Amino acid sequence: MADIDATLAAHPPQLKHHFDDTEQQLESSTLGMWVFLLTEVMFFGGMFGGYTVYRNMYPDAFASTSHFMNVTMGGFNTGVLICSSLTMALAVRAAQLGSKKTLILFLIFTLILGFVFLVVKYFEYHEKWVDHHIPGPGFRYEETRYFHQAQILFFLYFAMTGMHAIHMIVGAGLLTTLIVMAARNKFSALWYTPVEMIGLYWHFVDIVWIFLFPLLYLIGHTK
Amino acid sequence: MPTLSLVPPRASTGAGQVDALYGYLLVVGIAMTVLIFVVVVFFALKYRRKSPDEPPPKPIHGSIPLELTWSVIPFLFMLVMFAWGTKLYFDNYTPPRDTLDIYVVGKQWMWKVQYPDGQREINELHVPTGRAVKITLASEDVIHSFFLPAFRLKHDVVPGSYQTFWFQATLPGRYHIFCAEYCGTNHSRMIGWVTVMEPVAYQNWLAGSATGASMAEQGQKLFDQFGCVTCHVTDSQGRCPSLRNVFGNPVQLEDGRTVVANEAYIRESILNPNAKIVKGYKHDVMPVFQGQISEDNLLQLIVYIKSLSASTAAPAKAAATQVQKQ
Amino acid sequence: MSTTLPHAPTEERVNYLNADYGWQSWLFTTDHKRIALLYLFSITAFFFVGGAFAVGMRLNLLRPDGLFQHDTYNKLFTMHGIIMVFFFLVPSIPATLGNFLVPLMIGARDLAFPRINLLSWYIYIVGGVFALTAIVRGGVDTGWTFYAPFSSTYSNTHVILAAIGVFVSGFSSILTGLNFIVTIHKMRAPGMTWGRLPLFVWAHYATSLIQVLGTPVIAITIVLLGLERILHAGIFDPALGGDPVLFQHLFWFYSHPAVYIMILPGMGVISEIIACFSRKAIFGYGFVAFSSVAIAVLGFLVWGHHLFVAGQSMYASMVFSFISFLVAVPSAIKVFNWTATMYRGSISFETPMLYAFGFIGLFTIGGLTGLFLATMAIDVHLTDTYFVIAHFHYVMVGGMVLAFLGGIHFWFPKITGRMYPENWARIAAIIVFVGFNLTFFPQFIVGYLGMPRRYATYAEEFQVLNVLSTAGASILGLGYLIPMIYLAWAWRKGPRAPQNPWHAKGLEWENSPSPPPTFNFDEQPIVTEEAYNYAGEVQVGRH
Repeated sequence: MADIDATLAAHPPQLKHHFDDTEQQLESSTLGMWVFLLTEVMFFGGMFGGYTVYRNMYPDAFASTSHFMNVTMGGFNTGVLICSSLTMALAVRAAQLGSKKTLILFLIFTLILGFVFLVVKYFEYHEKWVDHHIPGPGFRYEETRYFHQAQILFFLYFAMTGMHAIHMIVGAGLLTTLIVMAARNKFSALWYTPVEMIGLYWHFVDIVWIFLFPLLYLIGHTK
Repeated sequence: MPTLSLVPPRASTGAGQVDALYGYLLVVGIAMTVLIFVVVVFFALKYRRKSPDEPPPKPIHGSIPLELTWSVIPFLFMLVMFAWGTKLYFDNYTPPRDTLDIYVVGKQWMWKVQYPDGQREINELHVPTGRAVKITLASEDVIHSFFLPAFRLKHDVVPGSYQTFWFQATLPGRYHIFCAEYCGTNHSRMIGWVTVMEPVAYQNWLAGSATGASMAEQGQKLFDQFGCVTCHVTDSQGRCPSLRNVFGNPVQLEDGRTVVANEAYIRESILNPNAKIVKGYKHDVMPVFQGQISEDNLLQLIVYIKSLSASTAAPAKAAATQVQKQ
Repeated sequence: MSTTLPHAPTEERVNYLNADYGWQSWLFTTDHKRIALLYLFSITAFFFVGGAFAVGMRLNLLRPDGLFQHDTYNKLFTMHGIIMVFFFLVPSIPATLGNFLVPLMIGARDLAFPRINLLSWYIYIVGGVFALTAIVRGGVDTGWTFYAPFSSTYSNTHVILAAIGVFVSGFSSILTGLNFIVTIHKMRAPGMTWGRLPLFVWAHYATSLIQVLGTPVIAITIVLLGLERILHAGIFDPALGGDPVLFQHLFWFYSHPAVYIMILPGMGVISEIIACFSRKAIFGYGFVAFSSVAIAVLGFLVWGHHLFVAGQSMYASMVFSFISFLVAVPSAIKVFNWTATMYRGSISFETPMLYAFGFIGLFTIGGLTGLFLATMAIDVHLTDTYFVIAHFHYVMVGGMVLAFLGGIHFWFPKITGRMYPENWARIAAIIVFVGFNLTFFPQFIVGYLGMPRRYATYAEEFQVLNVLSTAGASILGLGYLIPMIYLAWAWRKGPRAPQNPWHAKGLEWENSPSPPPTFNFDEQPIVTEEAYNYAGEVQVGRH
């Protein structure tokens, strides 16, 4: 063994033994994350399918329920998430450049924006709770002729936004993990794969919201 | 019925046709199976390894003509299956115009059968030979399936909707009715008998089990009882559309759509009136009857409303006069 | 390389089995081969749990008026279906033989994500615990298909527990598929091009595509069903404005492709076995490889053939029927190519080959009877009868289970380093074949006669055929038990196997000892020839 640096270059610490080289490892991780996101598309797709069926079955009830969607909160949250995707992309950029402080800073911004989203979501759900729009025994609806249809549509609303919120919470946990890892000097310009992968995940969760917002909040709202 | 038969009795015009198609499938299937079996056994024996030191055989990588041949030819056989099966399916699910309508309501765990003249049975269905019979199926609770093996027919009974099929019985006798969609504890006891009778015997049976009021008459009673008559009685008087000559004809809705007033439309209009509002009328005028009328009663109301239509009134009257003749 | 016959080693080398001892080295392993064994033991255990329910069912069906209470019988067939489908068939070959062999066959040291592999096993166990809890707490009686509104509103059994079990086990399946896709794309050894991959690997690639794309849909369907059961919002309940047929569409969108998850790996096993025991390259390699992918794609487009009598539009049914016929073509192509492989081959009749013969016969029958069900007018009569049950048992047991047993025997020397007793194994294979046909062939007949499925009691005229079926089941059960015994014995006490006892082609046989070391190869393999080059040299190894 001649040179420690040469050894490290040939076998960096984060290279797992079953991979031939870091390039293979990075490509595998990236493909793996994209395949996982594909499964998430199919997962949310089932709910989008249900939404499409019921929206077509009950267009009038749908128009009625969309008046109760809080477009202000939803719109604000959309802006929050888009900004968080920006900060996440900047975090990945910082990791690429090996700037630990900038990386941690942008990860924290992303996390804060994620929390803002979740807090606003809490207030939104609370509003629904007060209005008795949560499906279940306590459900009430202003226009009694649409009672059953509205309950189904709110059920889908909560299922879709709730599932999205769960993914956001998981994302927040992942971001926290990244912050801790970054603080402990785990990342460098040579290796920052988790940052990149979680960045992909975060962008995906953002994109799901970009679909949810118009479909649930905007369409039919102005009727 | 001999215990060694391979097919159920053939008691309808459709049954023989289904059996014929089944026969074709069997012939093709058995031929293919035998062919593969024979070839595999032949190759296994002819090319069995004679000694362990035998040199390896020459590789044969493939043959595109062969692949195409054994893809296309089976596919052609399958196209026959597809075309024949589809045609027969369409025929079995498209009733002719003039049918004897019988109404079946499935509930855990029994079949309630209603005839237009008012006869009612539980787990028994009587039908005549030589006449097209249309069965309308409704469920009071979960999904069931009304299965008549002797006619080679079944259809799921789906709550919230009406499903139909039709048949023309040919062979007098008594045949099984089975529920064929798992529906809970006594699914396997949700069975009964369909009795096919010659027309004269059938008329005698109808007369003998007549309860007095026909379905249309019972429907009319319900129509009064639920207050429908106060609004829908004669010609358009402002609050709600008249029901004379509605059934079977197109209806213009307020949102611009046109729908045909069939059984499903009438049912929905009773249970959820605001789903479709006729052009020129208002929302929230008719009470919502969801959960207040049983499936049996809904069918009676529908038969009554059918009788208010000139085109569909005739068969009901004909059946009634036939009964009176006996 | 030596050209003399291989000899068994006199002492044991370090391999993946003896590299480390103790429960921690197994429960915290990241070695794909050990994980494959963890799966093998748990899947076998679930198979016998599911089999126990089948025993109960067939005992009940000896008499027309049954044996158990109706509620009990309803739970028996439900739990039989849930355990067999989700905890046996779906994971079986991929998680055991696939996990073990895919890295070996492509010349990799492990799968792309070894820790995710271990996680998938733990997730499978957690799902299994939920399912077993549902059983122990009193069972579920909805049928494995969970149709609404019965399952959402009417059943008063442990639906949610069972549903959680299925939901969780789905993630195990997704992670396995994800791992295989990335591994096959990224970790092939130098020279191992897509066109040189063993057909076993192609089959697992196609299977993984289905796992990854289909399983999330049933996951969300179960979530919606579970929420509906708690909240009664009405999404599948017509009394509350919902559509029960929507549930069926969502359910079958996964559950039909799922049957291809179950059969494609078995077809991969059969390709390997037939090539080896005919000593000849598979005829039409490209067609067989492509047919696996074609089955996976087309399999996503046929789910409506489960809804021909459910209230689906006639026109939609027509499209689904047509595509169902289309999907039969690639399966037929495989059977013809396997047969053509034997032409002018050099055929021997060891146990794996016997299972392969059985597979060809029984899968052909199973597949052909699928055509009956794709024919709309015939399906109207046959759906929800025993004909359907016979059809899917022919493909799943006559096909998949035979392939699984054949594969276990074929790779037993590689996995354990020992040989199984050939004569006992052949006898068991024949018993399984005979028992299977006696069990399920009568069910085709009794199905056309009109006996519905899921019936605890039945019309008297069906009794003779049911008794025959139960008799067959006892023979089949014996056929399953015998290998359990001699395989367990052989693992400990069987004669040591040489590296390549079958003189098979393939990196797992030629380049890796039996059993392999933890990182699979002493040297990185470099691939220079096509798959199944039996006309060329076969390496038998030094060991």
